[in-house]
Amino acid sequence: METIVFALLNGVIYGLLLFMLSSGLTLIFSMMGVLNFAHASFYMLGAYFAFTISGSSSFWIALFIAPVLVGLVGAVVERYGLRKVHANGHVAELLFTFGLAYLIEEVVKIVYGKTSVDYRIPDLLDFPAFTIYGASFPAYRIFMLFVAIGMLVGLWVLLKKTRAGLIIQAALTHPHMVGHLGHNVPLIFMTVFGIGCALAGLAGVIGGNIFVTDPAMAVQMGPIVFVVVVVGGIGSLEGAFLASLLIGLLQNFAVGISASFGEIFGFLGLSTTSELGSITISSLAPMLPFLLLVLMLIFRPRGLMGEQEL
Amino acid sequence: MTIKTAALAAAVSVVAVTAASADTIKFAFIDPLSGPFGPSGEAAYTTFQLAAEKINEAGGVNGDMIEVTGYDNKINPKESLVQLQKAIDSGARYILQGNGSSVASAIIDAVEKHNKRNPGEEVLFFNYAAVTPAFTNERCSFWHFRFDAHADMKMNAITDYIKGNEDIKKVYLIGQDYIFGEAVAAAAEGQLGEKRPDIEIVGNELHPLGKVKDFTPYIQKIIASEADAVITGNWGADMQLLMKAAGSSGSDIPYFTFYGGSLGAVSSLGEASIGQLHQVTEGITNQDASDEQYALIEEYKERFPTYDYYYHRAFNTLNMFDMAAEKAGSADPIAVAKALEGLTMEQAYGTVTMRAEDHQAQQPLFISTVSDDVKYGVDNIDLGWKLVEGGEISAEAASAPTTCEMERPE
Amino acid sequence: MSNATTTIESLQPSSAAKFRQRTLPILIFAAVIFAIPMTDPSRTMYSLMHQIGINIVFALSYNMILGKAGLLSFGHAVYFGLGGYFCMHVLGWIEDGVGPFGNYPVFFLPLLGFGGGALAGAVIGWPSCRKAGTTFAMISLGVAELIAAAGFMFDSLFGGEEGISGDRMNGPEMFGLSLGPIDEVYWFIAFWTVVGVIGMFAFTRTPLGKLSEATRDNPQRVQFIGYNPQQVRYLVFIIAGGFAGMAGGMAAVNYEIFTPESLSLIPSGFVLIMAYVGGITYFAGPIMGAILLTYMQSMMSDFTEAWLLYLGLMFVAIVMYAPRGIAGIVFGFVDGIRGGNAGAYFTAWIIRLVGCLLMLLGAIVLIEMSVRWSNGYGEVFEPFGLHLGHTNVLTWILIIVPLVAGGYILRRASREEEEGAA
Repeated sequence: METIVFALLNGVIYGLLLFMLSSGLTLIFSMMGVLNFAHASFYMLGAYFAFTISGSSSFWIALFIAPVLVGLVGAVVERYGLRKVHANGHVAELLFTFGLAYLIEEVVKIVYGKTSVDYRIPDLLDFPAFTIYGASFPAYRIFMLFVAIGMLVGLWVLLKKTRAGLIIQAALTHPHMVGHLGHNVPLIFMTVFGIGCALAGLAGVIGGNIFVTDPAMAVQMGPIVFVVVVVGGIGSLEGAFLASLLIGLLQNFAVGISASFGEIFGFLGLSTTSELGSITISSLAPMLPFLLLVLMLIFRPRGLMGEQEL
Repeated sequence: MTIKTAALAAAVSVVAVTAASADTIKFAFIDPLSGPFGPSGEAAYTTFQLAAEKINEAGGVNGDMIEVTGYDNKINPKESLVQLQKAIDSGARYILQGNGSSVASAIIDAVEKHNKRNPGEEVLFFNYAAVTPAFTNERCSFWHFRFDAHADMKMNAITDYIKGNEDIKKVYLIGQDYIFGEAVAAAAEGQLGEKRPDIEIVGNELHPLGKVKDFTPYIQKIIASEADAVITGNWGADMQLLMKAAGSSGSDIPYFTFYGGSLGAVSSLGEASIGQLHQVTEGITNQDASDEQYALIEEYKERFPTYDYYYHRAFNTLNMFDMAAEKAGSADPIAVAKALEGLTMEQAYGTVTMRAEDHQAQQPLFISTVSDDVKYGVDNIDLGWKLVEGGEISAEAASAPTTCEMERPE
Repeated sequence: MSNATTTIESLQPSSAAKFRQRTLPILIFAAVIFAIPMTDPSRTMYSLMHQIGINIVFALSYNMILGKAGLLSFGHAVYFGLGGYFCMHVLGWIEDGVGPFGNYPVFFLPLLGFGGGALAGAVIGWPSCRKAGTTFAMISLGVAELIAAAGFMFDSLFGGEEGISGDRMNGPEMFGLSLGPIDEVYWFIAFWTVVGVIGMFAFTRTPLGKLSEATRDNPQRVQFIGYNPQQVRYLVFIIAGGFAGMAGGMAAVNYEIFTPESLSLIPSGFVLIMAYVGGITYFAGPIMGAILLTYMQSMMSDFTEAWLLYLGLMFVAIVMYAPRGIAGIVFGFVDGIRGGNAGAYFTAWIIRLVGCLLMLLGAIVLIEMSVRWSNGYGEVFEPFGLHLGHTNVLTWILIIVPLVAGGYILRRASREEEEGAA
């Protein structure tokens, strides 16, 4: 019972963090067709900016300022980098972001040092919210939950209820038509890229202090974000949301299962002492998202909720 | 493009200062100096450089100066072999390496082949941190010397401490899912069964190497198992993230680690690490020591403010080399290797002996935990390491038997 | 051309052109390979050249799928690694003299690597080659992550963290080469590099090679003329996996060790950078990329600890300003010089070069100064006896002036070119 409760709680919270990280990428990917390899780097920038700002003022100011700064950096990258590369096709765009991720990491090392920085949870939230089965549940995680839900609602309102959102949605699928209607499509692209990066930055602000803020944090988060976007499906924020929760829950439930292959497939004659048989489900947990990615692409290439195939 | 590279090389080569003269003894430090593992390599590199300077200031080795040159292997075994070749060609006869058993294994192998294929040009490998027990057991080599305690010895220290602690009845093992993590778990199980048969191992968990972002579910499994202590061999991000999740769960189970003292682990945990995070090392800065040792610690911190005095064994390595070379009267690798065998040295935290059978240094080990009442902090915060009561483990208690059957050159 | 219709014969290259474009480069390549040992290189140079040879084959095999078939893969090191691992196991069997390969000559090990890589390509390629584009890229990423994780789980196959090591000096000797000393290994690497280069060049001339380019450009049309693009991609993928495995076999003999990290995303990313920096639209591009990047990887870290930053800058600059890579720059230069207005072209080229060098100078001073400042060891960047600390005004002059001047020159040059084109 307690395993299930823990897995649910952690799975939902981890899934929501993943969603914050990947919602921006879904927007960017669906509109521009670019798989932004540097997306996790913007997540890292968010954490570092928040570290600097909260050092000189407070965490609450950083919570608002840092994502805006990251968004501005993203907009500059789109305007002076990506737009120029756009003419050379998608592979060039993708490789540009690939190189950018390298550059951001090295520059962060020079500016902030090569080791992790001491980015802490604000004192106001540094207490256990409640205790179940002997383990206390930090209040900060509840706070994460609210930020993520707030962001989800905000994004939904922006896209579905405002005029700007309608234009963005139209530009996602029919950029040329939107252009013919007199809208400035490059500006829309730049805005969306900026917003996407700002969302990643926000994830960095609230994720950086619960995990570790160091120059390797982008590399560690990088591939899993793609999994969410692809599994969720192109152009579908709902899909990304479902995929994030699915992956969060999948990983957390798998950790709770200590059974090994040998025990499960024992009826096939697999021994628990053999190399294959001794592998436990819980040790495979972090690999499950990639397995899901491969299977999804093979059997359902448009993802959970995608409108078109990749 | 070649023009550009040449210009670049010309422009930057001026930076690289290599003062080679006839009477320098060249040491090649082959470890990561860039990329994600760069900091851990650099922390050791700076320590070796200070150690070499100290020896040179005191008159050098038989009057010759030691020079330690860094070779960046990007923690890749194949790249290490290229760097090894570069080092040998530049005249280095002594190799220093420690980060990653995969690299150490490749270097042991390559050094053996090199020495066999190029007689008269022998090279010695001083391993300062790769802890796979096999290197001084079934895979032992005359050309390899290890100055760090290996995994089984460190585990010996931990289990010895647990033996004397009656409160601990249930132990949880967690580690990385690869050969090292498995070896640590097996050693813990075996040794606890021998020393404290009443202890129950309530969990033995392996997770993939460097893939887990959130350790909270693992921590909750640990709490649910009602363990009194956790033993882990985790290092790097896996170590930091594990402890971070443990800290925020509010539990106060002690964690016995090999690498709790690695860069950034204490600062990322903060106050939650006090009395909870334990490590086993060959000495800590806050231990009682001579004034010279304190002066040395302070000098290191002043010169290299990013890092802390952690690799005490770098001093042991070069000082023992100094002793051996003076005993042999030459810096020839074979003579030095023979002189090193069985050599005993008094150092700041006790006596260290290089066991002749397997070239494994025998030294006292210490269990320490984080405290806010210390002389020297780490990671540039006020927290630092403090010995725990009964945490001094003698060299004999930490020692492990060897199966080494060494082939010696004539 | 005034005549609108040309016959097939007149489109065919003359025999002189054939010689110049096909035979001559290979002859020069072979001559260079034979000339290198005459210069009595150091062992460091030998081991560097061995690494370059392996990477040439690896990068070319990668370009078979990226450049020729248009498939972007993030997991090509999987085939390199699996081929190499298979060879390491064979090396062990040769040492023990057991199994069907107990008497196999080590010299021909890369052939088995080819087989291993091709087999892996055939198994993994089956589900992944059905789609091109992003689908393919993402599947390759997922598969690479899974295989790399498996590398650490199955110790009997991959040897765990320490990997598998072996000894190449066993089994029957071929061509009188014991393969012990490093200069004997040179001939082994040289032989297989030449075999790989010629083999992959020959592949581009086959109908399948041509079809793969057609599938890249327009899969529908390929289908219309009666071929199955999926099958074409699959076959090319298998062969590319084979050549990658061959490179793995060369690496197995050269290093005598294979570790699971050679299956991971890092070498996969590196081969992508090698091929792209060299230029994926040219056959010779990946060769140039392999030479340059291998050199940078092994040698540049001696000069500067910020070598990764330079690598990143170079990569981004190439993606943004020279998408056809180094080969594009080199061949563009050659074509320009041989074109009508050589003098003007040469002047324009020199102006650009000056602009690039100025910017490079500013960037180097900035980076080297910042790195030392950031370390806080009190070291100072001191080129040519200058003392360039971050508090020195001269430092900032040396950073800003070349950057601005170089940027201005390049901007003007590109504007003039646009005007000239218009």
